[in-house]
Amino acid sequence: MSENEVKNLEAIFEARIARDEKIEPKDWMPEKYRQTHIRQISQHAHSEIVGMLPEGNWITRAPSLRRKAALLAKVQDEAGHGLYLYSACETLGISRDELYEQLHSGKAKYSSIFNYPTVTWADMGAIGWLVDGAAIINQVPLCNTSFGPYARAMVRVCKEESFHQRQGYEIMLTLCNGTQEQKEMAQDALNRWWWPSLMMLGPTDDASVHTEQSMKWKLKRKTNDELRQQFIDQTVPQADLLGLTIPDPDLKFNEETGHYDFGPIDWDEFWQVVKGHGPCNKERMNARVNAWEEGAWVRDAAMAYAEKQTAKKVAKAS
Amino acid sequence: MKNETLYQYILCIADNSLILGQRLGELCGHGPSLETDIAITNIALDLIGQTRSYYQYAARLIDEEKTEDDIAFLRLEREYKNVLLVEQPNTHFGYVMARQFLFDVYHLMFLEKLQYSKDDQLVAVAKKGIKEVSYHKRFSSDWVKRLGDGTEESRQKMQEAVDDLWRFTNELFLMTDAEKTMAANGIGVDIAQLKEEYYKEVSDVLKEATLTVPENTYFTKGGKEGIHTEHMGYILSELQYMQRTYPNMTW
Repeated sequence: MSENEVKNLEAIFEARIARDEKIEPKDWMPEKYRQTHIRQISQHAHSEIVGMLPEGNWITRAPSLRRKAALLAKVQDEAGHGLYLYSACETLGISRDELYEQLHSGKAKYSSIFNYPTVTWADMGAIGWLVDGAAIINQVPLCNTSFGPYARAMVRVCKEESFHQRQGYEIMLTLCNGTQEQKEMAQDALNRWWWPSLMMLGPTDDASVHTEQSMKWKLKRKTNDELRQQFIDQTVPQADLLGLTIPDPDLKFNEETGHYDFGPIDWDEFWQVVKGHGPCNKERMNARVNAWEEGAWVRDAAMAYAEKQTAKKVAKAS
Repeated sequence: MKNETLYQYILCIADNSLILGQRLGELCGHGPSLETDIAITNIALDLIGQTRSYYQYAARLIDEEKTEDDIAFLRLEREYKNVLLVEQPNTHFGYVMARQFLFDVYHLMFLEKLQYSKDDQLVAVAKKGIKEVSYHKRFSSDWVKRLGDGTEESRQKMQEAVDDLWRFTNELFLMTDAEKTMAANGIGVDIAQLKEEYYKEVSDVLKEATLTVPENTYFTKGGKEGIHTEHMGYILSELQYMQRTYPNMTW
């Protein structure tokens, strides 16, 4: 294809996106669009799968049968999200095994928040309320993103995430209506999860390398800082309702802007966790790699069995 | 208590679902593939759901003030009446599937009889459970076949698991006093009657999986009388952790 022809295709492609048309897997797309989508969708899928671990950590210790069942269902939803996101990613011409390989080698990233430990039951509430809350803010705009399979997966993901967030908030509310020990447990969880949740919305706009291009392709509709402000504005009144204190002495409503002002975020901590030095990076990756390696004989057996069954059918037919 | 025998009978049924659900819950996020992770979590969820229905009923029998959680979390080890099979560890995926399969075949046969109980509550739980457990059995039998007739390594692993767990199967058909009384009243199931059909069905699947049906005739027992293997204390310490550490709170 000549350079002019490619430029022409690109112009048509950009015009389709500008008209809010969906790009489907078999459509022509610029290589950079494909690569950016593989990176973002797989990062999202990996986050779902790694995110199962900190919550899975409390399934066996959930304090009531109702909570145990709800937590199982929630972690199962996350596995389901991982499944559709990997499938959406596979439509771009990469296999799930290759994506896992990128995760296990450290080439692909996942949301750094899952590198923090879940040390009390209240963390199940805080994750639902704050982490899923921040995720929804990030993800709702993606229901209208330009790549069709991703947009469609996100519609379902967002519905379930919104349920998870309410469930998390309800865990917090129950704790806050409980004994002194339970309230302290809830406050302690908020103290530990607040700042990592703010970091989860990504680096500040001046440090974010992908924003401009992602805006054009509708992979992003608002900047990281705008999303963060939205999250804070939405969450502070919810904390007030719980009777909990946000661990930020600088947090104050600004009458002029109509938004909350907040204190400085420790970006050194963020980058340290992103680079693999958070409290649980090693444990999370070991858990994923072990599951994959220890499961190899099972997957091999399933393949061998399927081949034998096919051979039997062929033999019968001939 | 309104009906101690019925209460004890419900524990015999429900504790199996609770402890197996708890064991499967340990695996969440650690399975050999995303699909098996989802399926195993789903089975755990079904089993915990069944447990809740049984315990809610049992709680009403003992005391208006008691809840499903008192029964699930606040008993002593000797008061849990699950069979030893379901408390065995998740040694590897072959064990997980063998344990599941050996239990599911029994579980489905049991529920298919329980649906004709004279007790309406048990009938309702059984009817709902039949749909769920039919799926569990299909899933676990399929994996027994895949692993048995897969690779040489998987066949060995599956055989090892079946051989190890076989000694726990006979206990499924031993009847406690509560079970005998309930069966005689038409409320419970005469499980001893299911034994022959069980071993036939299990053997058929194992043969199809190219596995050897174990021939040992030494069987172990105790769970139904509350005498468990050494694993049980650890299961309960996790299961009961929150309720024991923070007593009398609402979660």
